[in-house]
Formats: sequence, structure tokens, C-alpha cells
Amino acid sequence: MKAKAFLLGILASGLVGGAQAQKLSDNAVRIGFITDMSGVYADLDGAGGATAIQMAIDDFKAKNPGWTIELFTADHQNKADIASAKAREWFDQKNIDLLVGGTNSATSLAMKTVAAEKKKPFISIGAGTSALTNEECTPYTVHYAYDTYALATATGGAAVRAGYKTWFFLTADYAFGKALESDTTAVVLASGGKVLGDVKVPLNASDFSSFMLQAQASGAQILGLANAGGDTINSIKAANEFGVTKTMKLAGLLMTIIDINSLGLPLTQGMYLTEAWNWNQSDDARAWAQRWAQRTSEKAKKPSYLHAADYSAVTQYLLAVKAAGTDEGDAVMAQLKKTRINDMFAKNGYIRVDGRMVHDMLLEQVKTPQESKEPWDYVKVVEVVPGDKAFRPLSDSKCPLVKR
Amino acid sequence: MTMIFGIPVAALAAQVLLGLVNGSFYALLSLGLAVIFGMLNIINFSHGALYMMGAMLAWIGSEYFGLGYWPMMILAPLLVGIFGMLFERLLLRHLYGLDHLYGLLLTFGATLLIEGIFRSFYGVSGQPYPMPQLLRGSADLGFMVLPIYRAWVVAVSLVVCLATWFFIERTSLGAKLRAGTENAPLTKAFGINVPRMITLTYGFGAALAALAGVLAAPVLQVQPLMGSHLIIVVFAVVVIGGMGSIAGSIATGLLLGVVEGLTKVFYPQASSTVVFVVMALVLLVRPSGLFGREQ
Repeated sequence: MKAKAFLLGILASGLVGGAQAQKLSDNAVRIGFITDMSGVYADLDGAGGATAIQMAIDDFKAKNPGWTIELFTADHQNKADIASAKAREWFDQKNIDLLVGGTNSATSLAMKTVAAEKKKPFISIGAGTSALTNEECTPYTVHYAYDTYALATATGGAAVRAGYKTWFFLTADYAFGKALESDTTAVVLASGGKVLGDVKVPLNASDFSSFMLQAQASGAQILGLANAGGDTINSIKAANEFGVTKTMKLAGLLMTIIDINSLGLPLTQGMYLTEAWNWNQSDDARAWAQRWAQRTSEKAKKPSYLHAADYSAVTQYLLAVKAAGTDEGDAVMAQLKKTRINDMFAKNGYIRVDGRMVHDMLLEQVKTPQESKEPWDYVKVVEVVPGDKAFRPLSDSKCPLVKR
Repeated sequence: MTMIFGIPVAALAAQVLLGLVNGSFYALLSLGLAVIFGMLNIINFSHGALYMMGAMLAWIGSEYFGLGYWPMMILAPLLVGIFGMLFERLLLRHLYGLDHLYGLLLTFGATLLIEGIFRSFYGVSGQPYPMPQLLRGSADLGFMVLPIYRAWVVAVSLVVCLATWFFIERTSLGAKLRAGTENAPLTKAFGINVPRMITLTYGFGAALAALAGVLAAPVLQVQPLMGSHLIIVVFAVVVIGGMGSIAGSIATGLLLGVVEGLTKVFYPQASSTVVFVVMALVLLVRPSGLFGREQ
């Protein structure tokens, strides 16, 4: 009897498999995802982002059976206090090992503080503010998909090189908009352009007609839209209505194909924008986009670059946990900063000491209706901006982690 | 070039005209709320959601049924009006004897439900809605270029506002309505069906909100949360104009359009808050509003 029990015991432990070789806290990897699920940015990331993360988990488990990986999701409603309270609750009560931050810079800034306190990795996907890897950097923050500095560099620099030297800015009057305007202004001036003026518009203003008149009166060659979401869409509608698009070029400083879909090609054709990834950019991107659409409720949709970044970031995290042999925060962060990232989202990507994931950015132009060959075929890539040129160089960084 | 406070006269004139244009839209938007708020004493927080339904129905009509802008200008207000009447008859009616706050809570809850349902179907990024062919292009007025569509919005707003004011203040049906809301038992004693008038009035107010929504669809982002951005401003307009006064809310809408327009030129950062500054000042000096009757 004793021998039989003993043999059965050995058999049972053998069946548990590879996960036992890892030293995982609670023998599981727990991931928390907090984003805007219902507000103005819900379509850019939101539930589609949760789907992308679940895909990453399922794909990893298919190759690594025996691992227990759990995902928790929550809606921060664009409120920083809700985001940080939820993060804290999950770290303390659910023992999450990774926190993933969705859209809205204020919420990411709140969450990274909690993660740093708990010494657990925090990957910000959707937030724009470049401060996350600048003065607000921590040893546990990774800023994965994009930031305001890269958007400004790519779009601003390219527009000036294309001959649009004089700028007028329409700026959302809060931290994100002002940061986007000042980053782009710096790039424009450095490239030999001029800023003829700007107007600061309260967030969620519905009517931009008055500002369109001011933009026209400035005589600038290009109108920079330093805003996002609904403000960008309303600005573009007003620009078309008031004939601004006949005399000025439009640059959407933060724009995605989701916004283009809401406006339609006739209103947006010829506009410059910068994205981190496009579903049409390669065969693996197309294949992944197809798989993502199958899992969402609307089969005809295509993912934004935030959805793709969600998938890539969590995949890289899980691979880092496997390589490090543990889900302990410092070990995983060290492993992540050693990794070369080559997947359907980024080629030759890497995570710097300040937490910035550096990868190539795509400068794009919106197609005309005639150029578009299929639904969601909205943009053509004008230039691939190399990662080292797109993001803030370490020499300019105010992050204390950067050694001088 | 002559300047006023550093702005060329031509540019200033353009902004004032644009202010009047936008003001007429505010007037139309506030009209439905003034009718319900002023006539029925209901704090109708769902006004923004009804406005959104008008715009979304215009898009739905075009997307699924091939009905363009012109048929939807009639059909959307009609459908939303019927919806409003059903809402009043089935739900709102039961709260008339109670504190005003119950009406506010119910209409606020209804707003969250309506916005949530649309959002779950359509997301929040919005739907493309093209400008109707006939109204494209612009007119060169010399000192500015005015899109034809904006001139159209002014025309519709002024016609509808004046017609509504005339109907309520100058016709016998309007007089009966006003009597019914001021003193229901006495009016009923005259054989007038007050409950039915109230239902029709609520439906009319809802239809006005939906009409504003259809007018907004080609120029603003058509998405489930579009009403929530405007509802507070609309309430402010009605309060400034005076709660019982239809003419007051029309005049205030126009006034506000100009004030906002000038703020956008001189200090645009304040353009979203200037209406509340005006409201605070007006309430300090004249608590019943600019044109309101003392209760």
C-alpha cells in the first residue's frame, strides 16, 4: 500500500509538468488590465485590448501547457483615482504580478506610482505622455507602444520636410494637448519651420467653427491638431465645412484608423498621421488582425495599434517570466530590458533603461477613396521612422535611472 | 486695417456673425428643454439623450434604410417624439405629485440607459455622416466665408423657434396649455384634457431635441455621448433666460452664442466656462432669469 501510494505520488508530480520548474508566486501568473472601457477612448483600446491580452495568454499557454495564467480587467472611466484604487486592491488582494495600463495619461501616471511601490512591473500601452519615461520614470515602468515625443517627431518633422513650413496649432487645453503642441513646436523649429500661432480650446468643445476662422486668418500652410478622440473628429469636420482643407494641410498629431473610420475617407484624405503599427503592414500583422477580429463581436473590424501592442507586450512579459524562471518583479524587469523584441508588432524593438520600448514608427498619409482597395484600407506608409530617431534620446532624458 | 483690441474689424465681425449662427443652434436646442422645463416643471435631464437619438436615427436611417437627410429631418423627430410620449405616459407621469428631484433622477437614469444601449451597439468613436448634397459649399460675404449649411441651420432654428413661441404665446391651444400647467384642476374643470396635453407637450419637446440632433449630424461627431457634452450648457441657457419664458431661452441662446464667440477670440481657454460665469452673474442680480416671471 505504501509503495503504491509512493509510486502514484511520483507519477502525479511528473504529470504537473513544466510549470513546476518555474518559481511562480502562488504557482500562477496574474495579470491586471485597467483601461477606459466606456468613455471617449473605449474604441481605441477598451474591451478589444482585453481580447488581445487574452489571445496572448492563450497563445502562450498553447506552447506552455501546465501554466496557470489569470487575467483581471477593469474600467477606470478616465479617472485617475479609480485606476490607482483598483490597482492597489489587485496588488494587495489578488497578488497580481503585472499591471497593464490602457488609455489616458493621468491614469497611467497614477498607476505607475502604485506599481513602483509594490515593486511589480507596470506596462503602459495607451497613455501618451512622454513623462512616463522622463521625469516620472520608475524602475518598474515600461512605456510600450508610443508617446507624444515620437508622434511629434515623426509627423512634425515629416510635414516640414514635405514643404509645410508654417504651422498653426489647435490645442486641447490640458496637459496632454499642451505637451503635444510643445513637442511638435520644438521639432518644427529644429527642422527650419515656423509657428505662426495657436489657439487653446477647452477639452470636449463641440464646435470648432470660430477656431477655424482664426486658423485661416493666420495664413499658415498646415494646421496641427494637438488633440485626440472626439475633439480631433470635430475639428476635422469643421475644417472641411469651412473650406480650411482647401488652403491648409491638416496634421492629426494623435490619430488612429478608428478615427478615420468615424470620419470617412472623403473628409480625411491626404492627412498626415503617425502610428506605431498598422494591420496591413505585413503578413503577420494581417494574420493577427484577422484572428483578433474573429474573437471580437464585430467580425468586420480591424484592430488599432494599441490592441496589437497589448498582445505584444503581454507575450513579451510571459516570455520574460519563462526566461527569468520567476515572476518576481526585479528579475522580470531585468530580463525585459535585455530582450530584443521581434514579433508582429515590432521588429528590432528593445526596452531601454528608462523603460521606453524603442521601435520603428510609421509615418502615414490617409488614402483617397479611389486608392482604398478594401474596408479599413485607409492609409499608406510614407516613411518608416527608425526607433532611435523617433523617441527622445537618452542624452536629453530627465529620468534619474539614466546614468550620466 | 482698423483694429479693435488688436483684432481686425473684419475678423471680429466674422466672429460675431458666427456667434449668432451658433447661437441660433443653441436657441433651438434649448427650446425643447424650455418648453418642458417651463411648461411642465419637469427637470428633463434626458434632453441630451433625445438630441443624440435624433442624430443617431438620422445615421441609422441613412445606413440601413437608405433614407437621406431630408426624410430623416421629419422622421427622426417624429419617432423620438413618440418615444417621448410613451416615456411620459408610462413612467414620468407617476412622479408629478412628488418632489422635482424624482423627475430629475428618473430622466437622468433614462439618459444613462439610452446612452449605454447605443454605446454597446455602436461604440463611442462615432459614425460618419455626410453633408447633404444641396447644402454643401459656402457663400463669400466679403469679410468672411460662411458655409451654406450654417445659414441653413440659422433659417431652420429661427423658423422653428418663432413658430413655437407664436404657438405657445399667441394661440388658444397654447393658452390652454399654459393654463393647464399653471392651474391643472381649474383647467380640467373647463373640460380640457390636461394629462393628454402634457403628454403631447413632452413629445413635442422631445421632437425639438431630435430635430436639433439631425441638424447637428453633418457637422458634429455623431456618437452616443454627444448629448452629455451639451446638456449642462443647455440647462444654463434656460436658467439664464428664465424658467417660464420661451422667448427668454431663444434670446439667451443667441446672446450666449455671441458671448461665447467673442470669448473664443479674446480668451479661448474660457469659452466652455463663460456661460456659467454669465449664469452666476444673472442669478445674483435677477434670480428668476433675464426674462423670467417671478414665481
